Amino acid sequence: MVTEKDVEHIAELADIGINTDEMGTFTHQFNAILNYFDVLDQVNGDTTVTRDLTNIMREDVVEPSLPRDEVLRNAAAQEDGFIKAPRVM
Amino acid sequence: MEAHELSFEPDDPYNAFLAVCKKASYGKGKLAGIAVAVKDNISTRGIETTCASKILKGYVPPYDAHAVELLRQSGAAIVGKTNMDEFGMGTTTENSAFGPTLNPCDTSRVPGGSSGGSAAAVAGNMVRMALGTDTGGSIRCPAAFCGIVGLKPTYGRVSRYGLIAYANSLEQIGPMGRNVSDVSTLLQVIAGKDRRDSTTYDRPYTHTPVADVKGLKIGIPQEYFGEGVDPKVAGVVKTAISRLKELGATTVPCSVPSMKFALAAYYVTCTCEASSNLARFDGVRYGPAADIKKSWHDAYREVRRAGFGAEVRRRIMLGTFALSSGYYGKYYSKAQVARENVKADFARLFSDVDLIAGPTMPTIAFRLKEKSDPLSMYLSDILTVPANLAGIPAISVPCGKVDSMPVGLQIMGRPFEDERVIDTAYAYEQAVR
Repeated sequence: MVTEKDVEHIAELADIGINTDEMGTFTHQFNAILNYFDVLDQVNGDTTVTRDLTNIMREDVVEPSLPRDEVLRNAAAQEDGFIKAPRVM
Repeated sequence: MEAHELSFEPDDPYNAFLAVCKKASYGKGKLAGIAVAVKDNISTRGIETTCASKILKGYVPPYDAHAVELLRQSGAAIVGKTNMDEFGMGTTTENSAFGPTLNPCDTSRVPGGSSGGSAAAVAGNMVRMALGTDTGGSIRCPAAFCGIVGLKPTYGRVSRYGLIAYANSLEQIGPMGRNVSDVSTLLQVIAGKDRRDSTTYDRPYTHTPVADVKGLKIGIPQEYFGEGVDPKVAGVVKTAISRLKELGATTVPCSVPSMKFALAAYYVTCTCEASSNLARFDGVRYGPAADIKKSWHDAYREVRRAGFGAEVRRRIMLGTFALSSGYYGKYYSKAQVARENVKADFARLFSDVDLIAGPTMPTIAFRLKEKSDPLSMYLSDILTVPANLAGIPAISVPCGKVDSMPVGLQIMGRPFEDERVIDTAYAYEQAVR
């Protein structure tokens, strides 16, 4: 069982932003879905999954990339060829 | 390249398109001048690409997805971007920020999802073929619901470069069309190795469909005809399978015991991958602007609350929870073991049979708003997710009707035997034509 407090905590971890009026519905739906996921408790074993893939290595060579102005075109806030972001500290 | 223009201004009564190129340029090649629609989670240089989400409104990719590059090189006219469930998260195309797509066979019903716009554009005769993407059935479900053909290729056969990621380990770009030949032709164009997607294999597809199933052994899993599957749908599909027998195939009953865990394994895996993949949508590099005067977390939360729809937020939170400290072992680890069991079940079956067949979807297309509860929507994916977990090719081909709505026959094959899956669908299609 997850509680509204748990959902609030998860929303915070995920930086998803949750409204108080959504909390009840989300909590209810989470419990129904997580209850269904409990079927996985019956899966035997916890072996580490291995894949038959090998690393693909290459030399670190500079190749042409997209022009800066094209990359910046979708950014809302920019200055001197850089993207402006909210302050972190 | 010699350039021509195709004019494309369709009425769109089904809301299949999110963006339309009224003058679509095209060149020479295998698909010269053929109108092709592209699902809106596949990057198209110069054409707005939103994943049907408000968080990408206004985003114009500066580059083409590999599959789109190949389309352009083959002369195709890319005529528009198709509606979908936001970021591919849904089974009905109702989870679009820009309104649902309607099913051309009955506009009171959903087209299926998440590639519902691509399916409706093909079924509604607006385009001859379209690209979709399939993470847990998102090509095959709408193909079945709209009465067209759709293929999820073997994982690694088509590059995912430029596909806006939702659940990388599961999803593939694939072809949709009115018939098997068109689907095969489109796969010829988009398949092959791409060094920008390290999960691609050097397995180009150069096949032309052959209508021959003589001597093929087809496994019929009991789980595909069991609880939750509409008996009328099961009946239509059984009739289709007996048609394959008349054409020279043999059938044998079989079982996929890991199906019991498949849906949970799928939803745990895809939500975990989504919680990581969708962290990039922060309103800084693209999409509606974050308020840069605010602190990082406040600005980020505000953008994501306003930009993501309910299902996307639900899945991001579920994945965040399943990966969080103390729950990882219970959910993600177990889901990966279950996934290996599904793969092992298919490997075991494919040592005996050449193909596995059953219904694509357990029911016909739902009515709009019929599946309002998330879990009941998830449950309808039960017959399509196993192929994604196992990475195997799977096609849906129309095989009859129930209550005047199309039903899809699903044919799954061994990894990289997309050719055989296509041949079998083609043999069936030619026989019932």
